[in-house]
Amino acid sequence: MVRSVVVRYHARVEVRLRPGIADPEGATIERALPALGFDGVASVRSGRCFNVELDAADLEAARSHAADLADRLLANPVIEESVIEVREA
Amino acid sequence: MATTVGVVVFPGTNCEHDAVLALEALGADARLLFHADASLAGLDAVILPGGFAHGDYLRPGAIARFSPVMEAVSSFARDGGPVVGICNGFQVLCEAHLLPGALQKNRGLTFLCEPALLRVDSTRCVLTQSATLGQLLDVPINHFSGSYTCDLETLRQLRDDERIVLRYVENPNGSVDDIAGICNEAGNVVGLMPHPERASSALLGSADGLVLLGSLLSASVA
Repeated sequence: MVRSVVVRYHARVEVRLRPGIADPEGATIERALPALGFDGVASVRSGRCFNVELDAADLEAARSHAADLADRLLANPVIEESVIEVREA
Repeated sequence: MATTVGVVVFPGTNCEHDAVLALEALGADARLLFHADASLAGLDAVILPGGFAHGDYLRPGAIARFSPVMEAVSSFARDGGPVVGICNGFQVLCEAHLLPGALQKNRGLTFLCEPALLRVDSTRCVLTQSATLGQLLDVPINHFSGSYTCDLETLRQLRDDERIVLRYVENPNGSVDDIAGICNEAGNVVGLMPHPERASSALLGSADGLVLLGSLLSASVA
């Protein structure tokens, strides 16, 4: 007998600019840090993070859903890339 | 018969009435189109005006791209119908993959609202075909994310195919290659950050935008 079980997963999708794409926000923060007394910061790149709860049959399916929604909506592949971590919620 | 132009209204669009007024001043029949409507029947051209469609949440244009009207706009464009995206509309066209590249936050992270001098660098699109090559146009900009960017291969194609239709004389926002406006391969889909509808009368400081909108009307078969 095949049981179909749906599990709730938590996906963390980090969207950031591709390497080489100008990041005025990161650069501005980077320039502000020495003034605040933070020395030794070599570089700052900005990005954003989306926490997504989703239901899927297994971890692989959850990963694939998360990757799909990152590619089709959360990130603009022209300038951005995404890093996805998925775990059981 | 007057040329009929549809001006799309998304939630958060705010330049639609300016666009309608400018088009009417040129003798067009301009109508507002709600973003949830999926029909462009009877239209000769479509304008996606400026504003903050869907609050610009996620990225400018990222959500607007999924509005029902956008499927109709895509097929209208595929069939050769003239489509012009102004400012936020340009961002929507890029997100919808009707134009290549993307609009990033301005260099300097400031919202820019100022006159901009543009140079017509190609007349092979519906928005510039009645203009003169090298013609200078005084048309204002009003944006936070107007810095055009694309990969090098795309840039090479845009240059080779003369699809960079408008350039800034003085680059205000960090756009690659001073790009203010581009078109698709066929020249019927155009996106530009400056607002021609706001340069539609000497009373507004410039009427140069009428050169562009007038070109669109002559390119659109009524």
